[in-house]
Amino acid sequence: MIAAVAGDAARIVAKDLRIERATGVITTQILPFGIVMLLLFGFGVDPALQVRGGDRSVLAEVAPGLFWITVLLALLLVVGRAFAVESDDGSLDALLVAGVHPAAILGGKAVVVAAELVVLELVVGAGAVLMFDVTIGDPLHLVVVMVSTTVALAGAGTLFLAVVAGQRGRDTLGPLLVLPAMAPVLIGATAAAGDALYGAGSGGIAWTWALVAFALLYSVAGIVGAGALLEDV
Amino acid sequence: MTSIAVPPSAPEHTGSRLTRVLGAATAVSWVVWLTYGLVLSPADVVQSESVRLFYLHVPLALSAYLGFTVTLVGSILVLRKNSAFWDQMAGAGAEVGLVLAGLVLVTGALWGRPTWGTYWVWDPRITATTLLFLVYLGYLVVRRLDLDAEVRARRAAVFGIVAFINVPITRYSVQIWNSLHQEATLSLTDTEMDGSQLTSFALGAIAMALFTTWLIIHRFRVGWLEYELDRSGLESAILERRGERTATEVV
Repeated sequence: MIAAVAGDAARIVAKDLRIERATGVITTQILPFGIVMLLLFGFGVDPALQVRGGDRSVLAEVAPGLFWITVLLALLLVVGRAFAVESDDGSLDALLVAGVHPAAILGGKAVVVAAELVVLELVVGAGAVLMFDVTIGDPLHLVVVMVSTTVALAGAGTLFLAVVAGQRGRDTLGPLLVLPAMAPVLIGATAAAGDALYGAGSGGIAWTWALVAFALLYSVAGIVGAGALLEDV
Repeated sequence: MTSIAVPPSAPEHTGSRLTRVLGAATAVSWVVWLTYGLVLSPADVVQSESVRLFYLHVPLALSAYLGFTVTLVGSILVLRKNSAFWDQMAGAGAEVGLVLAGLVLVTGALWGRPTWGTYWVWDPRITATTLLFLVYLGYLVVRRLDLDAEVRARRAAVFGIVAFINVPITRYSVQIWNSLHQEATLSLTDTEMDGSQLTSFALGAIAMALFTTWLIIHRFRVGWLEYELDRSGLESAILERRGERTATEVV
């Protein structure tokens, strides 16, 4: 049973990655969105505040928060896209009728979303280092923070967007469901990333553990809740 | 032209012996609470008269959590039993909890103005409560999705379970973050209050819990009547359609 679900999930991942490679949405739309966000954040902060006395500029100080806000907003685009390719032509129904377990569909979608977010994070992170003068104090800690946050966001985003799958108005309803519920993850990721970058001592290690817990929680919730969400799309 | 079908067993109102007793107990507890909290108890040394607003604010918050807990329990039972009864109960808990959470924000802002000098600060508890309000607003939107009732109930149940994660986060946000908001006022192991203040809070918590329970039961019964109305309306339409077909066949 578990092997069959994992096999189906792997096939969903392969299928969706092929679709993404063919359409190029990640490179032509998602990554440019992330870079535009970086530029807008830079423009939005008064140039007089961009360099201040002390160790870091204001932009470098708030970079962890801006980074994760960018990722969170991109999550909406990525997950919306993941479900649009299935539900617009009824292929989600076809997958279910073909006997694919809902957990395999949701799990496969979450893996693809996580992979796309990782690409986005690498590009936006590099941009933040270059443009916001961010320095990385503890790379290993930062990797743990990024992986756990990405898994939590991908799991929760896929779960919540599945609630409105196939519904009219899902593009506007999705953000209402995802953004408030993801605020604790955003706050935790910002504090933990700040600690990894600057050793700010803002309870970063505790938040890193909380992020790992969020990642596990949303992954389990997605697997357990998949049947209830996708049985009758 | 057919009129709306009403189930023959449908009551004319949502009251019962239980709710009347509960309503009377609620009324008595509110009179005792308000008399003690607003008139008999002394003003606070630091917060002066504004502390009386706090006697309302904290019980409102606890009762909002009670409403959301009903939603959690109802949602779990929807998934376990595929039960319309518990779906209506989960919805009633969320609606009442949402209204109370809104009142928590309003009373908190009114209390914050004389105490902190502003209606709003970026305090973790305030921000978390606002986010909690928005999460359950989203839950109620999910309950109105244009779906088959059973499918909608299951989707709302999954969201209702996951949404509850934000309740303990909000409750313990004061401990999690170093906050401007004062530490948790009521605790099982330690309390900063004694005497008249503790009595005011305890009376408030009891009175508001009774009121919340009374509201949830009434809201549940309204929801159940709507559900029965929808179901009987559908059944009537099917019977009417069958009747038309039979008449056509006879002719």
